[in-house]
Amino acid sequence: MVSPFLFWFVAVITVIPSLALLFARKAVHVAMAVVLVMVGLAVAYVALEAPFLGVVQIVVYTGAVMMLFLFVLMLVGVDQRESLRETIAGQRWIALVLSIGVAALLISVVDRAGFGEPAVAKTGGPAEVAPYLFGNYVLVVETLGFLLITAAIGALVLTHVPRLFPRRTQREVQAARVAAGANPVNKTFPGVYATHNALDAPALDPEGNPIEESVSRVLKVRHQTTDGIEFKDENRSRRRELGAKEGDA
Amino acid sequence: MSPINFVYLASVLFAIGAAAVLLRRNAIVAFMGVELMLNAANLTLVAFSRMHGVLEGQIMAFFVMVVAAAEVVVGLAIIIAVFRSRQTISLDEPTELKG
Repeated sequence: MVSPFLFWFVAVITVIPSLALLFARKAVHVAMAVVLVMVGLAVAYVALEAPFLGVVQIVVYTGAVMMLFLFVLMLVGVDQRESLRETIAGQRWIALVLSIGVAALLISVVDRAGFGEPAVAKTGGPAEVAPYLFGNYVLVVETLGFLLITAAIGALVLTHVPRLFPRRTQREVQAARVAAGANPVNKTFPGVYATHNALDAPALDPEGNPIEESVSRVLKVRHQTTDGIEFKDENRSRRRELGAKEGDA
Repeated sequence: MSPINFVYLASVLFAIGAAAVLLRRNAIVAFMGVELMLNAANLTLVAFSRMHGVLEGQIMAFFVMVVAAAEVVVGLAIIIAVFRSRQTISLDEPTELKG
């Protein structure tokens, strides 16, 4: 017999999180809720004298399957928005009515069927399950091995993307750039001054005029640059002359 | 408390999974609904196995788990392949097979 407390505990931690499948907006929240459902089902298996299956449930479902779901969620982007536009009119209500109907049908069928008193429990530990898996059902286990290999190869084939063009090396990219007429030399760096060394101030050319292309294009679009005129040194040429004279002397 | 209560619980879970498949547009969430339905079926197998005092139901549930794991691998690979070509995982988008 199963203790009523255990049953209601399992019922609460499976049914309530599974409602997240219907109401949670974000797919990651749904995945975490389903992980909780799987743990609850593992508890149910242990309560139903199937400890081996309970452990397999934890390992396969919460450990492998749901983590695979989370990986795929991260691959496709966790904030993929779900469109709420109905493509079939009234689909939401039809679906709700249908699923409530399925629940009512299943529950009434189980209710009408007569079951005798439960037989003496047979615990399904690893030692009890093994003779079945590798005795009566060994052919099924072998077939499942083939199925798993086929699935793994299928996943590889489905997610493999062949390269359409040969990979371009850095040298080829640079050669193409020069052939297209680009300046092979780097652009001037932004100005570095005693009072201001951020990227938004343009460098000054030998005449003292700002070089516009030394500032990042992005900053220019955002109007976050300074014009650089304030750093222009009016007396530079005179000072240079004086310095030259001192050097001579 | 009789193990038959777990069969009622499995019925409710199956209905919730079916509703998720019918309602949700996100392919991954709909797929999790399929997983929930498979698990509900597993729960009935284990509950009936307990009621009859035999282990065959548990063996059957184990096989269902293995098949479900293989199915998840291929299904998620298909979702990734669709996402690569269309940049979306909404179930409404791929309509090329429409008659």
